Amino acid sequence: MRWAISVDHKKLALMYIGAGLCFFLVAGLEAAFMRLQLARAENDVIDPETFNQLFTMHGTTMVFLVGMPILLGFGNYLIPLMVGARDMAFPRLNAFGFWLFIFGGLLLYFSYLGADGLYGAGTAPDVGWFAYAPLTSRTFSRGNSTDYWILGIMVSGFGSMTTAINFIATILCMRCPGMTLMRMPMIGWMMLVVAFLVLVAIPILTGAQVMLLLDRTLGAHFFDPETQGSAILWQHLFWFFGHPEVYILILPAFGFVSEIMPTFSRKVLFGYPLMVAATVGIGFISLGVWAHHMFVVGLGPVLDSFFGATTFLISVPTGIKIFNWLGTMWGGRLHFTTPMLFVTGFVAMFVIGGLTGIMLATVPLTWQLSDSYFVVGHFHYVLFGGTVFGIFGAIFYWFPKATGRMLDERLGKWTFWLLFIGFTLTFMPMHVSGALGMPRRIYTYEADRGWEIWNLISSIGVPVQMAGVAIFLWNAIKSLRSGPVAGDDPWDAWTLEWSTTSPPPEWNFDRIPTCTSARPLWDRKNPEDPDAYYE
Amino acid sequence: MTTLPANQDAGVRLRSPLSRAKVGMACLIFMESAIFSAFLVTYLYYIGKSPDGPQPLECLELDLVLINSACLISSSFTVVIAVRALARGAMGAFRFWLALTILLGLEFLVGTGYEWWGLIEDKGLTLQSNAFGTNFYSLVGLHAFHVIVGMLILVIVLILSMFGCIRPDRDHQRVDIATWYWHFVDVVWILVFTLVYIVGRVPQGAPAS
Repeated sequence: MRWAISVDHKKLALMYIGAGLCFFLVAGLEAAFMRLQLARAENDVIDPETFNQLFTMHGTTMVFLVGMPILLGFGNYLIPLMVGARDMAFPRLNAFGFWLFIFGGLLLYFSYLGADGLYGAGTAPDVGWFAYAPLTSRTFSRGNSTDYWILGIMVSGFGSMTTAINFIATILCMRCPGMTLMRMPMIGWMMLVVAFLVLVAIPILTGAQVMLLLDRTLGAHFFDPETQGSAILWQHLFWFFGHPEVYILILPAFGFVSEIMPTFSRKVLFGYPLMVAATVGIGFISLGVWAHHMFVVGLGPVLDSFFGATTFLISVPTGIKIFNWLGTMWGGRLHFTTPMLFVTGFVAMFVIGGLTGIMLATVPLTWQLSDSYFVVGHFHYVLFGGTVFGIFGAIFYWFPKATGRMLDERLGKWTFWLLFIGFTLTFMPMHVSGALGMPRRIYTYEADRGWEIWNLISSIGVPVQMAGVAIFLWNAIKSLRSGPVAGDDPWDAWTLEWSTTSPPPEWNFDRIPTCTSARPLWDRKNPEDPDAYYE
Repeated sequence: MTTLPANQDAGVRLRSPLSRAKVGMACLIFMESAIFSAFLVTYLYYIGKSPDGPQPLECLELDLVLINSACLISSSFTVVIAVRALARGAMGAFRFWLALTILLGLEFLVGTGYEWWGLIEDKGLTLQSNAFGTNFYSLVGLHAFHVIVGMLILVIVLILSMFGCIRPDRDHQRVDIATWYWHFVDVVWILVFTLVYIVGRVPQGAPAS
């Protein structure tokens, strides 16, 4: 009960992350069922309707109920602690946003029970996570499953927007004395840009969903081509939200890497001002690339070229970040603890996903590869090898701060290697099966296409990853009970959250800290050679 | 919950020249603008794309909507006068001008309802009739919904002030920030009006999308 009525940013953050991890298990199971079905040609474990529901729910859950809440949860936990504030700017609004997210998620999953009304069997949404028109029209989507998709995402989306308002107000108004914007931890910048993108992008999705709801319930004509509507318009609106959304999902992970990597390289983050510029640059450019999801629609050569070019352009600031992280590691004393392993894995996997992204920005290549498993491989490298690895790194790094106990290093390394190997087994072969012509979202395939071996390898990777996640859960439970006591600052880090106790008191800091450089704790630990001298 | 005097911890919390309330309201308005831009762009996209059914030029008449618009726009001025009165501590004037603002907003809503009634009864324009109907009722309805929300805010402020919960020295800035939302609703109406009643009524055949 104390948790349910809490407005403390740390409690809310832990609930965000905990709920996100629960949804992560659900979405992972959904993916496992899909891989089970695809392991052999002409398999019949799962029927086509269920398969459609599985990939829809997997995608929707991973984006809206796993990625967003866990990343927003970390923002909630870390922003006040890292900028030296006692709470978020609007604590009650913060709790409101959290509960909206929970109820939105439950509403979406309630469709399994009640999408056809109380007397019918439940049907989960089956229109894909991007819910293309006219599949979502009354004609093709009977029952209420699509309405559940709309309303569940809309409700949790309002939660994300309130949280974004909170992030911006906290970062702009509540930094401790001496913490200028350019002394703020890198993750603060990342979260600021993420909050900006949430405020631009999510409302567009909400607006489009309102239109879709009007179409479905009141007979409006926004998206149904049979009645003067435009299916392309839905794609434009959805991807105007959808592409900034992937940066909403990756920028916080960039922030984790930018905090964890310096600590375990024992060096300052290389090129802080450039990193800030690249982050802000990504924020703006990401608003102008959405139609690269629509190259096969037939927008014409001018638009195709424009969106291809902007997509190439956005790889420049992203590349700057990669080189900055390499520069941070270069010549450092590297400590490959579990969090460091995860963020190093992040950089490697993200580079692969980024490179296939550049391939897909090439319009003629997309004409060949669009809606194939190549695309599935690409975005899992970015979102799993990127975001999820970043999240695991962050969990291993900040678990001691949040709970006061260390996670087990040996089990942590098992988790990393199992996830890394299982991930590569699952997603690397998808590039091949995709290039061989295997389309996305098919529930089975014929035997003689040369896809079997690649699909089998992909499916074999799944139990390996599940073992990694299981070891992580065991590790978390065991360490919560009997892990070694962490102390205030187990990693000898330099940002303000490590200056208070683990776990921090409800008021975070007994005295509001002050800050003279970008590494306030370094200055405090090394008064003879403070950073402030060089800034 | 214990209530602290509002400014007791202000010295500790607010070190930035920006106030949380201002930034929060600015963010809310920014977010609302994004929602409106989705509907405005959609409206623009569908101009001239309704081959059958009632057309904008034959349905929409300017006289009533001009009166409504005048009321809504002038309510922005009355609310400014109200906030200034509050800053002076003239509570009577504050309540008068605030109530007048709410009445002007109410006129706008009633006028819009009357216009819709005419459109539905006489012109046969509904949400279902064609793309124009769909977009017209969605966009104008979305705006009317925001007018209602803005009026709720003002009504709450008015009720609070009647119970003596609003003190000029402490609250005039808060009330000022609350009225930002009302100004936002007005500014959006200028955009909606321009798009629906001016740009949207150009005859068919003119460059539309």
